Amino acid sequence: MGIQNLLWQVTKKAFTGGIIGVTISDRCCSVVPVRGDSMSPTLNPQRNSYLDDYVLVEKFCLQDYKFVRGDVVVFSSPTHFKDKYIKRIVGLPGEWISSSRDVIRVPEGHCWVEGDNKASSLDSRTFGPIPLGLIRGRVTSVVWPPQRVSKIS
Amino acid sequence: MRWLRYLNQWRGTAKEALEQVSIVAKFLCLIHVTDRYIISSTHVQGPSMLPTLNLTGDVILAEHLSHRFGKIGLGDIVLVRSPTDPTRMVTKRVLGLEGHRLSFSADPLVGDSSISVVVPKGHVWIQGDNLYASTDSRNFGPVPYNLIEGKALLRVWPPRFFGSLR
Repeated sequence: MGIQNLLWQVTKKAFTGGIIGVTISDRCCSVVPVRGDSMSPTLNPQRNSYLDDYVLVEKFCLQDYKFVRGDVVVFSSPTHFKDKYIKRIVGLPGEWISSSRDVIRVPEGHCWVEGDNKASSLDSRTFGPIPLGLIRGRVTSVVWPPQRVSKIS
Repeated sequence: MRWLRYLNQWRGTAKEALEQVSIVAKFLCLIHVTDRYIISSTHVQGPSMLPTLNLTGDVILAEHLSHRFGKIGLGDIVLVRSPTDPTRMVTKRVLGLEGHRLSFSADPLVGDSSISVVVPKGHVWIQGDNLYASTDSRNFGPVPYNLIEGKALLRVWPPRFFGSLR
């Protein structure tokens, strides 16, 4: 009887904690690891995978989707259903971007993203401008490892 | 010494107030999780889904589980974040999944010039039921699957049209 009660209490606390955690991570901010080196040297400047950067992603920008050129954002992939990428916005709606062959205009409601490490980055030069609705948050600072804690400009 | 007594009284009330606030906060968090991840109600209006959805506005229940597991199929009515304005949601029907070939007429009012497209990987083709008054994939092209935010389940208002949508 005591064990059952204890289990119920623990489940209730875990459930409440989980719900509060999900709400905070959806509306306020969350911490995500950075995989790959497409944003070197801003993020993940070394190639060792056990020293991945962890960044703080803020979600207040999703209220009105107002971004500026230079924001580093997390967005869902336009081609692969479950993937998320971290890249920098280099083109806002209505601007002209010169890619390798021609000059492209970024359509309304879309943006052009590119990684800082142009050599190994899968970005808008491959899959074109992405709708702003795919963006899931803006990266504001690095929070781990401690020697790399800094704000991202 | 009197202010010590006032402090004690204030502490009791503050504890009670904090408990009430935390109950309200937990309830709001529960509403957020249900609304975003399980089921929610949306008010849809506009002529683009006639005759399925009314012009003057319906309230429909939409579930947010299917699209997370990739279970959106042909003919589903989905809530999609608009690719031209990320602050707006649009309701359309899925008429093509990735890899499908579709042909549509560029302008349904004049002639029948037909355009054929193949839906690229990771995208879906959405179209309103009312071909004459709908801006959909015929205008802005196929949309990425990840823009889908929910699938419509049934209509709850107005009451005489209560039931599933077909």
